[in-house]
Amino acid sequence: MTGAALLGITFEFLTNEDFWINVGVLATTYGVFALGVQLNIGTTGIFNFGQAGFMAVGSYTMGILVVRSGASFWLAMLAGLGTAAAAAILVGLPSLRLRADYFAISTLAFSEIVRYIADNWDGLTGGNLGLFGYSDTWNDLSARIDGWLGHLGIAPRFLLPLLVVNLTVFLALAAFVAVLVRSPWGRVLNAIREDEDAARALGKNTFAYKLQSLSIAAALAAIAGYMLAINISILSPTSFDPVITAYGYVIVILGGLGSYLGVVVGSFFLIFLLEATRYLELPLSDARVAALRFVIVGLVLMALVIFRPQGLFGKRQELMLRARR
Amino acid sequence: MSGGSYALEAEPRRGPVAAAAAAVRQHPLASLGVVAASVALWLGITEGWHELAQATLNGIVAGNYFALGAVGLTLIFGVLRLVNFAHGEFLTFGAYMLVAANALDLPLVVSAAVGVVATAGLALSLEVVLWRPVRRKRVGELQLLLLALGLAYVMRYTIAFVAGPEDRATGADVTAGVTIFGLRIGRTELIVTLVGLAVIALVAIALRSTSLGRQMRALSDSIELSETTGIDTDRIVLVTWAISGGLAGLAGIIYALPAGTVNPQLGFTLILSIFAAVVVGGIGNAYGALAGGMVIGVAQEWSTLVIDPSMKVAVGFAVLILVLLVRPQGLFGRARSVDR
Repeated sequence: MTGAALLGITFEFLTNEDFWINVGVLATTYGVFALGVQLNIGTTGIFNFGQAGFMAVGSYTMGILVVRSGASFWLAMLAGLGTAAAAAILVGLPSLRLRADYFAISTLAFSEIVRYIADNWDGLTGGNLGLFGYSDTWNDLSARIDGWLGHLGIAPRFLLPLLVVNLTVFLALAAFVAVLVRSPWGRVLNAIREDEDAARALGKNTFAYKLQSLSIAAALAAIAGYMLAINISILSPTSFDPVITAYGYVIVILGGLGSYLGVVVGSFFLIFLLEATRYLELPLSDARVAALRFVIVGLVLMALVIFRPQGLFGKRQELMLRARR
Repeated sequence: MSGGSYALEAEPRRGPVAAAAAAVRQHPLASLGVVAASVALWLGITEGWHELAQATLNGIVAGNYFALGAVGLTLIFGVLRLVNFAHGEFLTFGAYMLVAANALDLPLVVSAAVGVVATAGLALSLEVVLWRPVRRKRVGELQLLLLALGLAYVMRYTIAFVAGPEDRATGADVTAGVTIFGLRIGRTELIVTLVGLAVIALVAIALRSTSLGRQMRALSDSIELSETTGIDTDRIVLVTWAISGGLAGLAGIIYALPAGTVNPQLGFTLILSIFAAVVVGGIGNAYGALAGGMVIGVAQEWSTLVIDPSMKVAVGFAVLILVLLVRPQGLFGRARSVDR
């Protein structure tokens, strides 16, 4: 208790409904994001380090189409799925045939270039001032959901409609991907992770499967990007810092490689911890607090990788696969 | 999957594109020369020869810090098979150490030396407290890559946390300029570029003709074979980290001094071009990294003649993708080194 008082934490936020709604909205967002990371790294064994870049491509496509050319919100979201998947193919085609580190470098480089372009192509993306004004359709829908919730006797609350939608989408997608990886298609992905040469010897075009796995992950990142875009009503390059990819890896390793239940648990766990740190009363500027949070995410990732690579639900040998040659 | 066996195969029927690609694969340096000469000819005619010469000079200036950054990254990869994603943060760290030393009223030259030595020291300490213990645990490839990624973010945002997000002045004179043969270059820019070129030459000579350089290249060929021939691998690894860190610190300083300011995103904006330089030269190949740095620097500056200069970083990415498509082992690399 004295320790807590010293740090300036009061635990009142734990009884605050808005805190939990916010945790739910963010956890579902980064949860969908991490589903893609899990599909790549946990199921297929390919090192996608550019998930934040695919998220940016998808959500900026949506935002730009709606704001700059007046496209329908729903069609723009569909287009964003397409551009994210196309970006995945652009990055995957030259690098997925090569050794794993080439792919890791290419995806990371991709993610940094996307953020750089979003920051500098002001005419298209709004630069660091951000892009906004795509939320009208959502606001209408949000009001209607508030109405439906009212019939159930639930009072309207800020972000509650988004939480309802996000949670539904997240759980549905988690279940969908979990079923997908148990299908014959998913078993090939697993075979690639275990021993790609063996899978190829069985006549599987492993390159095509890896490309499909990456494209689906990119589309999932785009969906996470929409959730983020709706939540904060402005697209800005800082939301897509490549460090966001580290969120995905923390969630995946926390929950255990290859476990989709783990993604659900891991995402709520990570976001709860991160949001709770907002209630630390530190005598620091906002920019410094933001930097500190990224430092913590990086440290948590490193500590997990060193001390508990199997996470909460995974098996230790999962991460030991592909040991150095 | 062996790229070197083309000559032995019966000549398959293929279109002009495939034939051109095969030619590029077999004669990478000649192809690069042909491409560069044609682009230069086209730019010279359409944009003017003076502009082209100025852009080339700017490209050599930029190529300097790309090359110095790339050689350290590629050496560490060669010796440890570690893709050090945190390498860009070494550049940032070096530049900030210069600013810190300068704030203590040390002369710029001394501050620059402090920056280089401090970055080498940081690289050494990370080897001792992180990388060596981790290697002893025989971790998987994914673990190594994730550790490097996590470390990059920890370093980047620790610098942002400690120093604040705003720009900081380096204290160098960025207004004075000189004109050589009608080409403009900043005075500070000229000095650091000459220093950079001298260091690049020294590194190349040291790698070729000193015992240390030969041992380093031996390790990068095979760490097990090097051990059996009696090379003290632990020592060479430490020396490689010191050189990698020191050169990265120098690269950061060479970038920051003419720019006049530093901020925590310095290494982040450069690392992409540095990765492109490493891949162009062939991952693990030190001479390749030096050449690759110059190729990327000149390519980016040439691109500013025809596209928005703020987009030149994207050119580095385009070159990276192109090289991976056409010749993934880079200008000097061997084909066997890129397969899974």
